[in-house]
Amino acid sequence: MKKRVQVNKDVQIKKEGIQLKKTIFIGSAVLLVLVFVIGIFLYERDRLDRSAKAAGQNLTFLARAHAPGLGPAEAKVHLVEFFDPACGTCREFYPLVKDLLKANRDKIRLSLRYAPFHAGSDNVVRILEAARKQDKFWETLETVLASQPYWAPNHKAELEFVWPQLKNLGLDLERIKRDMYAPEIDRVITQDLADAKALNVTMTPEFFVNGRPLPSFGYEQLKKLVDSAVAKVY
Amino acid sequence: MNTGEPKGQDRSSDGAWTLVFLAWLIAGASTLGALFLSQVMDIVPCVLCWYQRIFMFPLVFVLAAGLFPFDARIVRYAPPLAVAGWTIALFHVLLVAGIVPETIRPCAQGIPCKDQPIEWFGFLTIPSLSLIAFSLIGLLLLLTYFKVSK
Repeated sequence: MKKRVQVNKDVQIKKEGIQLKKTIFIGSAVLLVLVFVIGIFLYERDRLDRSAKAAGQNLTFLARAHAPGLGPAEAKVHLVEFFDPACGTCREFYPLVKDLLKANRDKIRLSLRYAPFHAGSDNVVRILEAARKQDKFWETLETVLASQPYWAPNHKAELEFVWPQLKNLGLDLERIKRDMYAPEIDRVITQDLADAKALNVTMTPEFFVNGRPLPSFGYEQLKKLVDSAVAKVY
Repeated sequence: MNTGEPKGQDRSSDGAWTLVFLAWLIAGASTLGALFLSQVMDIVPCVLCWYQRIFMFPLVFVLAAGLFPFDARIVRYAPPLAVAGWTIALFHVLLVAGIVPETIRPCAQGIPCKDQPIEWFGFLTIPSLSLIAFSLIGLLLLLTYFKVSK
């Protein structure tokens, strides 16, 4: 009788022990995850603070007069896009960015900066800049982006496939071939790449709204950043 | 007699349970820490870091499985992961320290394993944290082995 009571007691102690272990285990797991989530929250807040502070410094690298732009010069919201003509995401963002401009007409201006990270895409940038001399930058850009899958198979820009796409734009192609290696175009590309480096642009497209980079990548984030900048100054 | 023995056994398995639990805690913290560095701080893991992750991440699950109910055979199943991860971590630390020559580093292209984005207190880099974590897990499992084989 005494023995059985003792055994029962042992079983009970064992049960309580397992219960305690489970509590400790689950409690620790919850604690670890909680620390992780709080860490994310603190880190993101710190990063936003830093990016707001850096926005002022960023402006010097973003306000380059040579960059092709759209929208009125007196617009108070300045959207700068670093892009690569051979980058598929830049291609997808182009109409979205145009929609943003349309939605905020007269309030926003766009500057395009080059970040030709893909192999061979600096040559396509040269074509764009040479077409700019013939006042056909935007038509050429749109055609180049639209036909990107043809001339940039496997993420490598193939110049010989670009030329046929430009036939119907009324461009003087011979002049483009002469102009595209001009030293001033070299300077534009070098400057844009140097600014991209200074601004920590490592992927394209990258956007800055009045100096502020996107908190995280995505169209919704861009739209929100633009909307908040417009609401702030208008 | 009757009551003393199972109690004693229970206590020793309690001690072993605590050791494995601590090892699990270290593995869990290391895993979440690694995920924080790559997913939140956007530090891209190099090749050697990936191999260390391959051995650290499963430890979280293997050790947890050995805790409920406590299975003494965890001292056979977990150490291979810990030892493999520890070896790679040691190699990585030696590489960063410059003791392993650069010519045999396996990740010359892409993200260099030698560049250290983080250095706390002058010596705590990501690979050294990994080495410390694998060492502690290995040590705890060794103590567990002595405890359960007694």
